[in-house]
Amino acid sequence: MLLFGPINFVDELLLKTGLGQQTINHFVWPFIQIGLVVTLVAGWVAYATYLERKISAFMQARLGPMRVGPWGLLQPIADGIKLLTKEDFVPEKADRWIFFFAPYIAVAAAFITFSVIPFGPDWAVITDVNIGLLFVLAVSSVGVLALILAGWSSNSKYSLLGALRSSAQMISYEVAMGLSLIGALMFARTLSLSGIIGAQESDAVWYFVYQPLGFLIFLVSGIAENNRAPFDLPEAESELVAGFHTEYSGFRWSLFFMAEYAAMVIVSAVATTVYLGGWYLPFVYRFTEAKGYHNLYVIVSLLVFLAKLSAILYFYFWLRWTLPRFRYDQLMDIGWKWLIPSALINITLSASAIFVVQALNGWHGLKTIDSLANGVDLTATGKAVMIVMGLLGVGIAGLLLARINWRSRDFNLKSQRRGIRLVNVPQGKPAVAVIAPAAAE
Amino acid sequence: MHQVEIATTKETLLDSPEMVLNMGPQHPSTHGVLRVILKLDGETVMDLDCDIGYLHRGMEKIAENRMYTMIAPYWDRLDYIAAVSNGLVWVETVEQMMSLPVPPRAHYLRTILTELNRIASHLLWLATHALDIGAVTVLLWALREREEILKIFERQFGARLTCHAWRVGGMPNDAYDDFDADCRRFVSNFPKRLDEYETVLSENRIWLSRTVGIGVINAADAVAIGLSGPALRGSGVAWDIRKSRPYAAYADMDFDIPLGENGDTYDRYLVRLEEMRQSRRIIVQALDKLPDGPVNAKLPKIVKPPVGDYYHSIEGPKGEIGCYLVSDGTAQPWRMRVRPPSLINLQALKNLCLGHLVADVVAIIGTLDIVLGEIDR
Repeated sequence: MLLFGPINFVDELLLKTGLGQQTINHFVWPFIQIGLVVTLVAGWVAYATYLERKISAFMQARLGPMRVGPWGLLQPIADGIKLLTKEDFVPEKADRWIFFFAPYIAVAAAFITFSVIPFGPDWAVITDVNIGLLFVLAVSSVGVLALILAGWSSNSKYSLLGALRSSAQMISYEVAMGLSLIGALMFARTLSLSGIIGAQESDAVWYFVYQPLGFLIFLVSGIAENNRAPFDLPEAESELVAGFHTEYSGFRWSLFFMAEYAAMVIVSAVATTVYLGGWYLPFVYRFTEAKGYHNLYVIVSLLVFLAKLSAILYFYFWLRWTLPRFRYDQLMDIGWKWLIPSALINITLSASAIFVVQALNGWHGLKTIDSLANGVDLTATGKAVMIVMGLLGVGIAGLLLARINWRSRDFNLKSQRRGIRLVNVPQGKPAVAVIAPAAAE
Repeated sequence: MHQVEIATTKETLLDSPEMVLNMGPQHPSTHGVLRVILKLDGETVMDLDCDIGYLHRGMEKIAENRMYTMIAPYWDRLDYIAAVSNGLVWVETVEQMMSLPVPPRAHYLRTILTELNRIASHLLWLATHALDIGAVTVLLWALREREEILKIFERQFGARLTCHAWRVGGMPNDAYDDFDADCRRFVSNFPKRLDEYETVLSENRIWLSRTVGIGVINAADAVAIGLSGPALRGSGVAWDIRKSRPYAAYADMDFDIPLGENGDTYDRYLVRLEEMRQSRRIIVQALDKLPDGPVNAKLPKIVKPPVGDYYHSIEGPKGEIGCYLVSDGTAQPWRMRVRPPSLINLQALKNLCLGHLVADVVAIIGTLDIVLGEIDR
C-alpha cells in the first residue's frame, strides 16, 4: 500500500514529534531529500567508476575488476578505503590553503547542482527553482575555478598547463552549451527544469526531435565541459601526466575524481531533461497516476529518468574508450569554428521554424507575431514541419560551416593524406637508396 | 651536445615569454627514462634537448670481459622489445667472422622467429603510440595479439621477453612439436585483427588530425640524419637491409617494402602496419619452405674469431641494428660496438618537433619508436 498511496505517513510521523507543519515542509523534508540525494549520488558516482571500468574492460577483451566481492562489486568501496588511508601529500612550495580548498570547491559545485535536477515528478525533486537551468549552468561553471586554483596552487608546470587548458576549454565550451539550449527553451518557454519536462509532456514529444542540432551541440560541448575523452586535455595523461591534479593524492584527489563523475551525471541529467523528456515517457501516466497509484507513478518516472541518464552516460564511456584525444588547438577550433556558429545557426533556424509554423496556422498580420508570446501551440502538421526543419537545420549548418572552414588544414585531412607504395626491390643489390620522386623535392 | 638555454636570474625569468618544461625521466609517455627538456612559448615548442643515459649499463665495456658465447644474453637487454632480432645480430656477426656454415633449417627458423618478433615489436609500438595519442583501447587489443607471439616464444625459447634465442652456429634446440601449427594459427588470425585496428584508427578523423602533417621529415634530411627502418621508409627511401644485404633466409623470400610519401607521423604509421602484413607474408613462405636437417653447426670448443674487425647489421624492427666487432684472436672480443637504431632515430626529434605543440612531441616520440635500453646501453 505504501507504494500506491500518497506518502503521508512520514508527515504523520513527523507531526507526532511536535514539529509544526511549516517546519516540516520547509526544513525537515528538504533535509531528508538532500540526505537521500547526496548519499545516492555519492554511491552512484562510486559505482559509475565501477561501471566505466567494467565497460572499458569488455571493450578491451578483458574482465575488469573481479577480485573484491562477486564480479568485483565491492571494488569502489575498496578504492574508497585505499584513497582515504593514503598520505595527504602537499608539495613543499605549494600554496597550502588554496591547495587544500580547491577540491572542496570542485565537489561542492558539482553536488549543489543536484538540488534542482528533477529526478521525477512530485517528491523526487528537491527544489524546483524557476531559473533552474541557469542555476545549473552557473554553478557548474564554478567548477572551472576549482581547476584553476588547483593548477595554480600546486606550483607545478604540468598542473599549471592543465589548469590553463581547462580554463580556456571550459569557458569557450560553456558558450556553445548555453547557446545550444536556447533553441529548446523557445519551445519550453521556461527555465524551470520541471517546467521544461512539463512542456514536453503536454506536447507529447521529446525535444531532440525538434532540436537534433541543438542536442548534438549540447552532447559534444557537454563532453568538453566535463573534460572527458576525446576532450580530456586538462588531464591529458600522455602529455601532462595528470594535468591539474598531478600533485594531488589520496582523499583530495578522490574529491576531484568524484566531482568529475558528478559533473558528468549532471550534464547527462540536463541533456535528459531538456532533450529526452526527463522522466516523461508516454503511457506511464495513464497506467499509474490515472488509476490512483501516485507513488508508483513517481517511482516509475524516476526509473525512466535514470534509464535515459544512463544511456547518455554509457555514450560518454563509449566515446572515451574509442576515440583518440584531440590536440589543444584543434579543440579550440571545434569550439569556436563549429559548435558556436552552429549553435547560432540553430537559434536562427528554430526561431524561423516557429514563425513559419505559426504563420501556417493562419496569418493575421502582426498579430501572429504577437501571439508567439503566448507559446507555440503545435498541430500535427506543425509538428511534422518542425521535425523536417530540425533535420534540415543539421544539414544547413553542416554545409554552411563546411563552406566556411573549407580552407582550414584540419578540414581537408583526407586530401592531404597519401597512401603508401609497395616496392619490390631486387634482392642483393648494392645498398643504394631509392629516393621517391615526390619526396625528393 | 646542444643545450637548451635556461633563464636563471629572476629578471630574465620574468622577461622571457618561454617556459622550460622538464619532461621525464619519469613521465608516462617518454617510453622509458628519456628526459626531454622543452622550451615552450605557450604550448609551442621553441627549443628542445634530450638528456639520455639514465639506463646506462656499460654493455659494450662488459662485452670486452666476456667470452663470445656469453655475450649473447646481453644483446637481449638492449632492445628488450625485440630481443630475438637483437640476438641475431650478435650470433651472425660471430658466425660470419668465423665463416661458420649455419644449416639452412636454422636460417629458416631464424627468419620465422625474427619476423614474429618484428610483428610483436610493431604491435607494442602501435599500442603505445595509440595510447600516447589517447586511443586507450588499441593498447589492449594490440597486446592481445602480441601475447600470442610471446606464447610461441615461451614454448620455443623458455622466455617471453629476453629470450636468449640463438647460439653461435645455430639454435639451442629444434622447433618444438606444435611450432608449425601455432605459427599457422597466428598468421591465419592476424590479418583480421590488424584490419580491426585499422578501422579504429586509419580513417578516424581525430587520428588523422593528430598524425597527418605532424613531424614531417623529407627524404634528404632523413638520410642525412641517418634514420633507418620504418622512420626512413616513411619518408620514401627504399632502404631495407633484408633486401639490400640479405641475411638468414631472406634471400629466398618474396616481399615488398612499403614506402610513405609525406614523411609524416601518419605515413610512418601506415608503413609499420604494412610491414606487419609483409612480415606475415614472409612467415607463411618460410613455414612452407622450411627444410629438414640439423639446426646447429659444428663448433670448436672455444669460440675464437680470427684477428680482425667486422661489421654486420640486420634490419631490426626499429631500424638497422649493427655490431662492429674487433677481435684480437683471444676468447674475448677486443672491442664491441653497437649501432643502436633508436639512438640515431632519436636525433631527428628536434627537427621533427620544432614549432609543434607539446601534445605533438609525445606523438613524435611515439612515432620514432625508441627503446631506452638500446639508447643508453
